[in-house]
Amino acid sequence: MQLRINGTLHEVDVEEDMPLLWVLRDELGLTGTKFGCGIAQCGACTVHLDGVAVRSCQTWAIDAEGAEITTIEGLGTPDLRHAVQEAWLAGQVAQCGYCQSGQMMQAAALLSENPHPTDAEIDDAMSGNLCRCGTYPRIRAAVKHAANLMQEG
Amino acid sequence: MGRLKTIARRTFLIGSAAAVGGVAFGVYTVRKPHENPLTTGAGEAVLTPYVKITADGITLITPRADSGQGVYHLQAALIAEELDVDLDQIKADPGPPSPAYWNTALAAEAAEFMVPAAGFMQDMAEGAVNSVMKVMGLQITGGSTTVPDQFEKLRLAGASARETIKALVADREGVAVTDLTTASGNVILPDGQKIPYTSLAADLAGAEVVQDVRLRDPSQWRYIGKPMQRIDMLAKSTGTQDYGIDASVDGMVHATVLMNPAQGGGMAEYDASEALAMRGVKAVVPITGGLGIVADNTWRAFRAAQALNVTWEDPSFPLEQADHWAALEAAFTPEAQDSEKRNDGDVDTALSDGDILSAEYRAPYLAHAPLEPVNAIVRVDDDRAEVWTGTQIPRFIQANVSRITGIPADKVTVHVLMMGGSFGHRLEDEVVKQATEIAMQMKGTPVKLTLSREEDMLHDFPRQIAMARMRGKVTNGQVEALDLGIAMPSVVASQLSRQNQSVLGPDSQIVAGAWEQPFAIPHHRVTGYRAQPLAPISSWRSVGASTNGFFYNAALDELIEAAGADPLEERLRMCSDPLARQALEAVAEMSDWSGIGGLANGSKTGRGVALTKSFGVHCAQVIEVTDTDAGIRIDTVWVAAEVGRVVDPVNFENLVQGGVIYGLGHAMNSEITYAGGVAEQSNFDLNPGMRLHQCPNIFVRGLESGDRVLGIGEPPVPPAAPALAGAIWAVTGTRLREMPFSKAVSFV
Repeated sequence: MQLRINGTLHEVDVEEDMPLLWVLRDELGLTGTKFGCGIAQCGACTVHLDGVAVRSCQTWAIDAEGAEITTIEGLGTPDLRHAVQEAWLAGQVAQCGYCQSGQMMQAAALLSENPHPTDAEIDDAMSGNLCRCGTYPRIRAAVKHAANLMQEG
Repeated sequence: MGRLKTIARRTFLIGSAAAVGGVAFGVYTVRKPHENPLTTGAGEAVLTPYVKITADGITLITPRADSGQGVYHLQAALIAEELDVDLDQIKADPGPPSPAYWNTALAAEAAEFMVPAAGFMQDMAEGAVNSVMKVMGLQITGGSTTVPDQFEKLRLAGASARETIKALVADREGVAVTDLTTASGNVILPDGQKIPYTSLAADLAGAEVVQDVRLRDPSQWRYIGKPMQRIDMLAKSTGTQDYGIDASVDGMVHATVLMNPAQGGGMAEYDASEALAMRGVKAVVPITGGLGIVADNTWRAFRAAQALNVTWEDPSFPLEQADHWAALEAAFTPEAQDSEKRNDGDVDTALSDGDILSAEYRAPYLAHAPLEPVNAIVRVDDDRAEVWTGTQIPRFIQANVSRITGIPADKVTVHVLMMGGSFGHRLEDEVVKQATEIAMQMKGTPVKLTLSREEDMLHDFPRQIAMARMRGKVTNGQVEALDLGIAMPSVVASQLSRQNQSVLGPDSQIVAGAWEQPFAIPHHRVTGYRAQPLAPISSWRSVGASTNGFFYNAALDELIEAAGADPLEERLRMCSDPLARQALEAVAEMSDWSGIGGLANGSKTGRGVALTKSFGVHCAQVIEVTDTDAGIRIDTVWVAAEVGRVVDPVNFENLVQGGVIYGLGHAMNSEITYAGGVAEQSNFDLNPGMRLHQCPNIFVRGLESGDRVLGIGEPPVPPAAPALAGAIWAVTGTRLREMPFSKAVSFV
């Protein structure tokens, strides 16, 4: 099976129903995408399939074939940060930080679809992503900051 | 080698030692004449935390685990404050990377070094506190102790290192020390020439440590008290922070476990034939209480675990939840009395006549559920073992791996990795014991054990279940008497039993957050009752106060209502501590308090208030809710906490908000209940905590009385639930006496 991840084609020998999460983490060593619950309740494993945020723990590998898969590693890097990452850094959102890859992927998908979300739209889009440390006030602020950064280009 | 010739101020000494490629500075406490402990390990640096200077850079070696509280960052800031380095010049190394940094011979010494003067350990068990402290004191991260413990010691280490560096340069360059300055990791000569600390590393290893250092006046502080950029924030904002679950060791296999779903029960028999035939499955091995499944991919191990057929045995605790409650109900007896730490006035006489109010309160078992499931890599060889894991108790892990494998503890290396949350969960080490048992059966192969969320939550030793009974009386519009009895099993005894430790004497966590509250009520008694051991339990963020802060404030609220008084005004009237008063006055001002609103005012919006003193911190909260058609919406929280001194206001605000959210989320909708001995909640669908759309605005104020630093990880949790309950009462007229509140009301 071939998977295009962050612009690179990878040949993987896995079951069709292996969740994309475990292909990324255990087969390809892309550990920025996190395992939290395995049942699409926490959002830590969020990645983009053709720009749409999905829970990789519930996405079969076979269903990701042919799609452009983007993980947190492909969103930006410490040196070349996506606007969402820039806003997360400036707002010092993280505590333990474990959920934040998924939070940022969810926020990036929201903003690419809706560059100027209202408070209610942010709440709707982000409520599937759990943060056990409780950084929600900072996540809300960072999403708005990122929207402004993207508008400024 | 550094030598110690004089005894420094107070009882601290600063030692130095050669480290690979440089020098290390650390502070330790003098108890008896002895050699510099930094050098007793054959020339290798052994005492942590300390600052290491090598040609490659400046590193803080800290045994204190970071589960998200920012303790690496805060410790780095304390060193930077005196060492005159920029914060981004310090790397934090989370613990012993090699046996050189880990010397059990220094356990007693280091225990003294690590244990705070006041706090968690002193609070937790009075009887055998000293021996427990010695055992637990070394390298345990808990009880909001890290910052208070290190506030002076790390600055001393930084100051001593700076002065030692200056003395070396002064000697070499033939100038007076007083003519040298330091900045950004450089010594600056009178002519402006800069000499990087790192270029001096090799020479420093033999230099005599300057002991006579004076800490800078707070007016000169460059970092402390000012907003800082946390040193782990870039990695955590770009998905590049590695956690324990991301660790990888050459040749490792992936494993999971299927444990008896009834916590602690045994395994009668099993059939692994179906699992063994599945792709990628390498082995299924019996371990204590279950099976280890080894595969070439975590998911294949998870899937194979579901294909196992096992006959389980019952656990040792009551199978049904009702029996757990019954055990608490039965514990309110003189025989089960554990403590009576407060008995003011004459409670029995005061409550012998007149209108007596009584009520009963309940708080459930709760999972810790940090988002990173517990995990560990363990490799066992014939003569040594190595562990990689995110943990708050590396020393217990070393001892347990030694016990299981028969390998001497000094041949067991523990690498402490970054944790994706803890909340007390990683004060336990079952996952390491399990990985060790698996690794014992495949020696030489590193076994990476990852628990599924379900395995993790089912076997998360939960927060204690607890119950309280209140009797009280009001007179002339004032609270006159409050008699509060609290029953729970001993969390300290349960937790330490798993480390083969016993605790004598009362467990003050049974009444923590209740007996020491800053209110002068004429007739006031707080009695702790120790229930029989039930399900095994563990420290959950704020420990005893997590249940008792609710009980105490909820009881106060009922009495205040009966008195016809305002819950904030009456708390202020009864307040017996000026710091608590400051906290209450702060939230009154921040929230522009003018009463509870709600039904009494014909409004759908109402307020509650609570104050809990825990871990030495007075934390007050006012919470405003609105009763909407879709349920209770929590609109706003105002929080004030007196912590002596706020080290980093950014991190402080984040931690306080997080503590409030943790307290509110669990009070709203979370519990662990047992049926057939098995927890009925095994994932976030049934135990969600707070989600983002439910999150209120949270306004935070740190109150600083100076001269001490108290940790803020836990104190925001206890007052959140009772303040919410008070607000819900204001808008619904329903007294909530049992958590989670979703049993009685619905939330947006």
